[in-house]
Parts: sequence; structure tokens; C-alpha cells
Amino acid sequence: MEKMSRVTTALGGSALTGRTMHCHLDAPANAISVCRDAAQVVVAGRSIFKIYAIEEEQFVEKLNLRVGRKPSLNLSCADVVWHQMDENLLATAATNGVVVTWNLGRPSRNKQDQLFTEHKRTVNKVCFHPTEAHVLLSGSQDGFMKCFDLRRKDSVSTFSGQSESVRDVQFSIRDYFTFASTFENGNVQLWDIRRPDRCERMFTAHNGPVFCCDWHPEDRGWLATGGRDKMVKVWDMTTPRAKEMHCVQTIASVARVKWRPECRHHLATCSMMVDHNIYVWDVRRPFVPAAMFEEHRDVTTGIAWRHPHDPCFLLSGSKDSTLCQHLFRDASQPVERANPEGLCYGLFGDVAFAAKDSLVAAESGRKPYAGDRRHPIFFKRKLDPAEPFSGLASSALSVFETEPGGGSMSWFVDTAERYALAGRPLAELCDHNAKVARELGRNQVAQTWTMLRIIYCSPGLVSSASLNHSVGKGSSCGLPLINSFNLKDMTPGLGSETRLDRSKGDTRSDTVLLDSSATLITNEDNEETEGSDVPADYLLGDVEGEEDELYPLDPEHVHPEEPEYVLPQEAFPLRHEILDTPSGPEHLQDKADSPHVSGSEADAASLAPVDSFSLLSISHALYDSRLPSDFFSVLVCDMLRFYAEQGDVQMAVSVLIVLGERVRKDIDEQTQEHWYTSYIDLLQRFCLWNVSNEVVKLSTSRAVSCLNQASTTLHVNCSHCKRPMSSRGWVCDRCHRCASMCAVCHHVVKGLFVWCQGCSHGGHLQHIMKWLEGSSHCPAGCGHLCEYS
Amino acid sequence: MAEGENEVRWDGLCSRDSTTRETAMENIRQIILRKTEYLRSVKETPYRPSEDGPLNAVSLDGLNKLLARLLMLSKRCPFKDVREKSEFILKSVQELGIRIPRPLGHGPSRFIPEKEILQVGSEDAQMHALFADSFAALGRLDNITLVMVFHPQYLESFLKTQHYLLQMDGPLPLHYRHYIGIMAAARHQCSYLVNLHVNDFLHVGGDPKWLNGLENAPQKLQNLGELNKVLAHRPWLITKEHIEGLLKAEEHSWSLAELVHAVVLLTHYHSLASFTFGCGISPEIHCDGGHTFRPPSVSNYCICDITNGNHNVDEMQVNSAGNISVSDSFFEVEALMEKMRQLQECKDEEEASQEEMASRFEIEKRESMCAFSSDDEEVTPARDVSRHFEDTSYGYKDFSRHGMHVPTFRVQDYCWEDHGYSLVNRLYPDVGQLIDEKFHIAYNLTYNTMAMHKDVDTSMLRRAIWNYIHCMFGIRYDDYDYGEINQLLDRSFKVYIKTVVCTPEKVTKRMYDSFWRQFKHSEKVHVNLLLIEARMQAELLYALRAITRYMT
Repeated sequence: MEKMSRVTTALGGSALTGRTMHCHLDAPANAISVCRDAAQVVVAGRSIFKIYAIEEEQFVEKLNLRVGRKPSLNLSCADVVWHQMDENLLATAATNGVVVTWNLGRPSRNKQDQLFTEHKRTVNKVCFHPTEAHVLLSGSQDGFMKCFDLRRKDSVSTFSGQSESVRDVQFSIRDYFTFASTFENGNVQLWDIRRPDRCERMFTAHNGPVFCCDWHPEDRGWLATGGRDKMVKVWDMTTPRAKEMHCVQTIASVARVKWRPECRHHLATCSMMVDHNIYVWDVRRPFVPAAMFEEHRDVTTGIAWRHPHDPCFLLSGSKDSTLCQHLFRDASQPVERANPEGLCYGLFGDVAFAAKDSLVAAESGRKPYAGDRRHPIFFKRKLDPAEPFSGLASSALSVFETEPGGGSMSWFVDTAERYALAGRPLAELCDHNAKVARELGRNQVAQTWTMLRIIYCSPGLVSSASLNHSVGKGSSCGLPLINSFNLKDMTPGLGSETRLDRSKGDTRSDTVLLDSSATLITNEDNEETEGSDVPADYLLGDVEGEEDELYPLDPEHVHPEEPEYVLPQEAFPLRHEILDTPSGPEHLQDKADSPHVSGSEADAASLAPVDSFSLLSISHALYDSRLPSDFFSVLVCDMLRFYAEQGDVQMAVSVLIVLGERVRKDIDEQTQEHWYTSYIDLLQRFCLWNVSNEVVKLSTSRAVSCLNQASTTLHVNCSHCKRPMSSRGWVCDRCHRCASMCAVCHHVVKGLFVWCQGCSHGGHLQHIMKWLEGSSHCPAGCGHLCEYS
Repeated sequence: MAEGENEVRWDGLCSRDSTTRETAMENIRQIILRKTEYLRSVKETPYRPSEDGPLNAVSLDGLNKLLARLLMLSKRCPFKDVREKSEFILKSVQELGIRIPRPLGHGPSRFIPEKEILQVGSEDAQMHALFADSFAALGRLDNITLVMVFHPQYLESFLKTQHYLLQMDGPLPLHYRHYIGIMAAARHQCSYLVNLHVNDFLHVGGDPKWLNGLENAPQKLQNLGELNKVLAHRPWLITKEHIEGLLKAEEHSWSLAELVHAVVLLTHYHSLASFTFGCGISPEIHCDGGHTFRPPSVSNYCICDITNGNHNVDEMQVNSAGNISVSDSFFEVEALMEKMRQLQECKDEEEASQEEMASRFEIEKRESMCAFSSDDEEVTPARDVSRHFEDTSYGYKDFSRHGMHVPTFRVQDYCWEDHGYSLVNRLYPDVGQLIDEKFHIAYNLTYNTMAMHKDVDTSMLRRAIWNYIHCMFGIRYDDYDYGEINQLLDRSFKVYIKTVVCTPEKVTKRMYDSFWRQFKHSEKVHVNLLLIEARMQAELLYALRAITRYMT
């Protein structure tokens, strides 16, 4: 309502009314233009040239200017413009290079007034002077712009753009003598109408053709340009150098751009290809259009605001042969469909969450636990009341930090860096990794590595020393003891994970699980989330199921024959060592939901009857040969999945790589790929590029290994003139010098270049290292005492 | 004899590092000498069981292939060390009593005397860089490159585009790309391109079975056959139904990006086939028909020469004819320049009426559809290219353009700069830019010379050629007076253009020689560049318009 009243004043009492409507034309339109009175619109195309009256409910064809027996190419219009001073005066640009003016005041049926046939190629654009009645400007494919005085038979002056073709010409609204022209080669030129010899100013605005430009109706010197490179740019021409003030990236090449009246920062665009919609942008918010009109079914070729002081009515013509009037209030607003919430988590377990103010307020009221979040920090954007979307834009950002030290991920970094994944025998890899894990205090993981080695490696490599680190020592009491330890360890993890999960959905649980100092936080809400299911199940399966079964059993109850069967299966030559060293209870847990328990576990932790039965039946069959390691693969796979679900993809991927073929076939490609990508993503977030590359290299998944095959080109700039080196080898085009030379061997350095920051001489890493062994002076002979760190 | 150790690796030779090349070369030398020794030992033991015969033949065949490749390297490698070493190896093999091959034909082109063409080894630094790039990318320096190097500026853009299309990021797998190249070249029975790409196709791991014919390729590629056919011969018939048929074929469907990649490849190879025939490119030295093991006394002939009616005798005649008419042709150039001057001057004097203009276009279009009398006898494609690729039966009669009505395509409504570019760049990023550059360079290329004249503005002539080709495809520029074409292009030139663009396989040396007799070969190659780029753009416009229509 406010707007309407303002419009009314601007229009001098006669408010525009109407509705969103369209009418069918007989042929595709190329351009439209509105009469000064805002009640008529002219539509021009290859085979259409008509004037329509814009009425309340519909368009009414008023006049067909395409008269005559034979269709003439002079009528095949590329552009049309209605004079803003004189209601009877129109001009069209024809595809054959003719500029035609039309006088509606002529009494005869044929309103054609004058014909200028000076251009040799298609005329792309015509433009009347905004205040002068007789001045017409045209821009053509032949690279010339011509200024016509309608009182004379031919052009007054010709401007040469020194370029292939002119795409648009526009008189400045504020400066009487100035006009802008845009070119196919990406340039924009500013001309003074009195000086046809050379342009006042020229700059490159776009990469590729600039299809259109428009002067701001109020702000002097603001020029909007749109180009094939899908950008709309707003330039400030008042400064000595044209300054790019705003840039809007659209999704298709920009065919037309028009400032919205009365809205300083709004402009409407339509595209040349592919995209049929008309967008109205606020140039200060270049990512989401302020409004969008989706009526057309083919590309929009012409747009015009109906009245120079009314921001609500937009007219458009299209290749789909329709003429439309769009009302701003009927526009769809993409911002309404945009996701108003954002969530991101940091490397160290911090979570940031942004949402609309109202939403946050409502939610925190509903959920009492919001107060328990550890360190919620709220940011609020200061709102500029002048800006649009003010209702939508107000949002709150909350950041939840984990306690210092608690969420430290240093173990992850250390592990990633120190794990050995390939290049050594499996047993050594397992041992090494177990050692790494142990040193970082991750006993469960260490134990798993040890188990893996036992499962997959030949017996000769097993030594009692490497097994001697397990947490529980006693053979039968180990299990309950460890279980209780685990319970304690797990509970905070479980609690915090659930909490986090509720707040954001996909927190990485590993950060929390290993969060040793995490305080125990109970679940205020009883809603169970998916993330918490897994550890819960796991604990149940382990403690309640397994333990209940195992606990009543005494070692004596074990079938006396069992060790004899079991040991050969595992092919452990030294029986008593195995008896001495109970398997890691963590390992047992890992496999708790599997019926297969390894022989050594059976020994140490008094097997359940079911287990021993299954073992026995198999061991009979395989008495002489070793139990194939396939036997365990199901188990190992479950273990990997368990780690992955816990969030420790690092473990899953590392084991996957180390074991290679042994387990790969049992896990489906997609899961593997998923693990790999998450691990690589994590590594890269920690800037562990080398490790991540190694993982990519070692992965067998096709989708992953091709990750580092994409865009492997390295672009090099010349070290002297900063120009990009083109394909001409290592010599710069411009300064004809070789790229960085090695000061020692005087060859071009194509790989690692190391240089002294003092004298900026340097060369091949090897060469410099060698040189510095013998001398500390610069190899270039500059006398500098080079220092390298 | 273990095959593994005799596997020859050529890729080391492509390196820019001379030591790498040297080791690679040495490796090749050893393998060849070993093979030679083996063959000799087989020969010298007189009584061999007969079953050794085929084995022997196989290994001889293998050796011959290697020798042919070496011969190619000795002539065509941009690196001097490789050239010399290859020659040395060949010599030493010859000394061991093995017959070595020698190149057939007369340089890279049958139309252009070898001495006119730049010799490998005498190029300047810029060209050398181009050659080295090309060699590094493909492991060869093909005859097309050697002919195009008349225009290094264009060549660079051409090679960059081709390299991008075949080897860089793109939606299609590598062997598909080469296979599509083969399909396109086979449409014009261009055995030269087919041979090249059959090798590349196998090299990137393509299934040799596919080469037995399109019906052995995956259904997806078979579906492309129709588009290939229409695009090559009557692009104006492409409709959005063609596109829809390709995109909606359930498990065999193409994605839009793949389709655009395929379309660009098809049009690229159609027009490259035009260039191959238009400039009479000879078979590569290491391919079939590029070399012979026969001693030079046997009369040398090339299979392509025969099929195109280019015997040596023929060449002689033309040569003598050329000599006689030097003065005639001198006047030709003068007359052409005079006409250009006139057109320039009287441009503004009298304006033809609209109907006149329209009818001029129609006349040119119709005329270009007419078959040209003498050369139109049906050539039965007897080459083994036709074996590869489906229905030659469909091809030529049905597709003769005689009497066809071609609808008019208004370039102002759909042009490359505004529409085509945007679409290609959207679906196959960067390629739009590359092709756009290539079009620009080809269209704007000029040295401001005409035959013996300097400082001539040739833009009018170039525009006439470009627009004439588009006119043959029914593409009309509203702002062009098609009367100019008649003034500037004489009959023999038109015949040549028409043949090169529409039925390149019928180009003969006589046609090549009989137009623009006084012009330099480099200028004739320039004309060919215009022809192929205009043709490519025309085909692309039709295909892309159909895709756009499908999308809206």
C-alpha cells in the first residue's frame, strides 16, 4: 500500500493498475518497447511488428505496422525503441542493416517514415536520445555506431569502435552528450556525441561479448552491463577508472538488463539461452534473485518496465510468441524457498548453527536443554533497515565449542601421520600401527591391529612380546573387568554423542567418543537418535548378551580337547604363549555380535558352548590345513563397519588398505568409497595433504583413485613478468626468458624450487643441498651467505 | 622368445628430455636387433618343420611394423636426435640383410609438392614448439599438422582444441572419443583418419571387435549412427526428435553433456575429413599405404591415387596445362581484385530490392544443391573403411543433394556467438571457448596478400567463401548480398568448395589445381581452413539448435 501511494504521486495522480497477464503473438518477439504513456507496448521480431494497448485485463492489438504485400527484410527487426518524448515516433533496427523510423501520426496505413541504409551488417541496437527529439543512435555488427538526425536524410556522425561488432548502445540519462556502447570482444566504450574521432574511455568489462548495458535512471554514472560470461556488472563511471561496484553471477548468458525504477539497487535481467526466467536482482545480494518471473516457455528476448516511475509492472516479450505483463507482487521469491538454516562443524568438534531469529527463539523455548550447551556464542547481524529481505535476513548464529582439550583431534593427526599403510609385510604394518595406537593411548585400536596380525599373518611372525600388552592379564577374569572399564568409558561418549546428534544431526561421533575428559551428560530428552543406537546396541550385545553367557562358564568347563583343535587352526606353534596371552577384550567386543570367536579368545575367555561347538565342527574338517583367513573376514568386516559407524573411519580405511584384497571383496564398493571419501575429506581438513594423497593412491576404488587424476595441470607463471606461461615450454612469451633457473646447474627448474629468502637465488633442491655442504655462500656468486631453514 | 621383453615402448620418445629419449631409443634399438637376429637365425637353418612358417611370418610382420614406425620417426619426429638415431637403426638393420621400408608418395600431401611444405627440422622456434607439443600429445606428427603449419596461428588453436576433445576432461571415455572420430571419418570414407584413429582407439584400450562394424559396438554408439549420417550429409534435417531419441533410450541413453561432446567430435571429424581430401593428405608413413618394402624400381602407386583418378600421368598433364596458362591465370587474379574493388566502391550506389536479395540467396542455395556433372559418377567405396562402417548403400544415392529443398536457417535467429557458444560452454565447459577461438582465428586469418599482390583487404573474399558454404547448408545472413558470391567465386572454385564440403571423397587433384591457379599453396590451404571451419560451424548450428529445441 505504501508503495502504491508513492507511485501515485510519481505518476501524477493516475496510478497504474492491471494484473499479471499474457497474450499470444503470432511470431517470436525479438524486442519490446513501451510508450511514454505506459499504456501501449510495441513488439518487434523477425515476422512481427505490432502495437498493443495495455488494458486492465488484457492486451489489445492496436496496430499492425507490418504492412505491404511482400515481407521485406527491412521489417525483420532485431530491435525496436519508442521515443520517450514523442508518442508517435518509433525506430527499428533490421537484421539486414537498415535503420527504419516510424511515424504513427502519418495518415496512411504505412507508417514507415525514414530508411537509413548506411550500415553494412545487421543493426543490433537503436536508441533515441532521452531528451532530444530528433537524435537517434544505432550500433551494428559492422563495428560502427551512427548518429542520425531525423530531420536529415543520412547520418550526422559515425563512430568506429575499432572492433568486430557493437551489441548495444545507450544514451546516458544524466549526461546530455554521453553514450555507452558495448562490444562483442568484451569492451565497453564511452563516447561523447560531439567527438566521433575517438572514444572518451574504454575498458574491458566482460570476458566474451557484452550483450547489453543500461544506465541507472537516477545515479549518475552507474552503468550495468551483462555479458555472455553470465555476469551482470555495475560500474561506477564517475571515477577516472571505471570501477566495478557490484557483480551478479547468473546461470546463463545475460541478454538484457534493465534497472528497476524507484528501487535504487534493483535490476531485471533475462538470458539469451537455456534459461527462460526473468530475474530481478538486488545487486547488493548477488546470490539469490529478489524476484523471479517464470511465465515464459522459451527464452525472453525483451524486457521493459512499464513506467519509468513504477517499480511494479514489468513487460516482457519472448521467443515463445507471448507478451507478458508481470506484477511484482505475483513474482516468486526464490529466497522464500531457500533453506534458512545452515550448519557447519569445525575440525575440533565445534558446531555452528545459523537460523532465522524467530526459529531459534521458538526452539530454545521448546527445548529446555538448550541451556546446557557448553559455550553457546550468539552472533547477531546488524541489520540495515534499508536493505531488502530485512525480515528474512535477520538470523542468529550459534557456535557450540567443545571444551578445550576435550575435543582435541591431535590423536587423529598423529595417527594419520604415523600409520604405515603399505610397503612392508602385513605383519610389520600391523605391529607398527598397533604400536602407534598404543603410544597414543588408544588401546582398543592397538588391540585390534594385533588381532588382525594374528588372524592374517603366518605363525612364524607371532612373538609373545608383541602380544603382551593387552589390558587384561588373567585368563578368565579379563573379560568382565574389561567390560566394566568399557562401560565407563563409553557412557560419556554415548551421552555426549546423543546430545550432539540431537542438536545437529551428523556430528562426527569420533570426536566425542574419544573425548576422555567429557563430563557425563545425561539425556534430558528421551528421544533416541540414530547415532546413539549403535553404541547402545553394541554395549548390549557385549555386556548383557555375551557376558551373561560367558560369565557362568568356568575354564574347566571348556571341552578338554579344544585347545588341540584350536591351535592348529590358528597355526600357532607355541601353545603356551597363546595361553599366556589372552586376546584383547576389545577385540572380543568388536566381534561380539558374531558367532565366530577366534581360538585364542576361546582359550582365554572361556567360550560359550555355542561358540565352541561351531569351532569344533569346523576345526574337524580343517584339522590338517590352517584355517583360511577367509574364515575371519566376516568378523573383520563387521569390525570395520563398527569402527566406521563409531565415526572412526580412519581405522576402517587404514585396515582396509593394510589388509587389501583379504577383506575388500566382502565389503561393497559403495561403502568402501564412502569410507574413503570421508577419510580423505577429514585428512584434507587437517591439511594432511600427503597422507590424503597416499590414501587416494592406495585405494582400489575407482571413484577414489581417480580423485587425483582430475585437473592435474599445473599452471606456471613467469617469475619475471608474472604472465602465465603458455604451452611454449619453459620460455616466457613476453620477456623471452627462461623460467626460474637453478643457480647451480643453470637449467630450468621444473619441480621443487628452493631459494634463499635473502638473495632470492635458488635452484633444484638437491643441487642446493649439495652445494651448501661445501659452501655457505650463494651459488649464484652474489656473495650472500645463504640461509635455509 | 619371450614376448614381454620385446614389447616396444614408444612413449619415452615423446619426452622433452633428451636423455629419456635416448634411453627409449636405445631400448628400441636393442629390441629390433634382437628380432632381426632371430629372424636371421630362422632363415639360416634350412630345414625347419613347416609349422614354423606362420610363426615366422607373424614375427616378420611384427618387425616390419616396427621398421615402418622407425621410418616415420626418422622423417617426422621433431627431435633431431630421434630422427638421426632411427635412421641409424634402419641402416644397421639393412646391413643385416633385412629389407627396410621406404616412404611412398610425395610428402604429406599429394596435391602440394613436397618442396613447398615445411620440412621437419627446418622449422622456426615457434613451429618447433607446436610440433613438439603435437608429438608429445600424440606420439606422432601427422601429415595434417604438417600441411596446416602453413598457418601456425591456426594450427596452434586447432591442436589445442583437438587435444582437449580427445584427451582432456570430458564426459566421454577415451575409446568412445576415438570411436566417434572413426565413425565420423568413415562417413566420408576417409581412410586416412580412420587408420589414425583405429590405432589410437586400440592404444587407449578399445575393443578391437567394435572395429568390425558399428553393429559390434555398444547400442549407445549405434544409436549415434543416425545422427552421424544426417549431420554429415543433411544437417538441416536434424530435429529435436533425433535428440530425444538419443537422450531417452533407457539404459543406452546419452546424457546431454555426452551428446554435446559427441556432436562436437562428429562435426570436428566431418570437417577434418573435408580437409584431408581437400588438401590431398597422404597416408601416414607408418600406416598402410604410406610405405613400401618393395625396392623403388617397381612403379610406385598409391591406392588412394587410383581411386581418385590421380595417376602420375594425370599429374603431368595438369602440370603442363598449368604452365601454358600462366598468363591466363595471371589475369584471373587481376580480374578478381578488380571485382573486389568495384564491389567495395559501388557498394552504396545501387541497392538491390528486397526480393532481388532474397532470390539471390535462393539461387545460390539451389545451385549449390545441384550435382556437378562430370564428377558425379557413383564411386563404389572399395576401401576397407566401408567394412568398418555400416551402410554405404544408404549413403550416397539417397544423400545426393540433387534437387533437395533446403529450408532456410536465419543466422540472426540462432548464431554461434550468442546461442551456440552458450549452449556448448554450459554442457561441455571450456570447449565452447576453444571452438570459438578457432572459428575466430579461421575467419579473421589474413596476411593481406593475394597471390603476388600485397596489402589487399581480403575480408570481402573470405566472407564470400564463408557465407557461400553456409548458404549451401541453407544458412542465410540477412545482411549479406549473395550477389557478391557470384562476382567473387568463379565456377571452378565453386565446384571445388562444393566437393570439399559436401562430398570430400570425390575431390581430385585436377579440381585442386584448376581453381585459383596463380595462388600459392598456402593460400589454398587457407581456403581449406575456411571451408572446414565454416562447415563445422554449420553442422554445429543445426545440431545445437535441435538440442536447444529439445531443451525448451
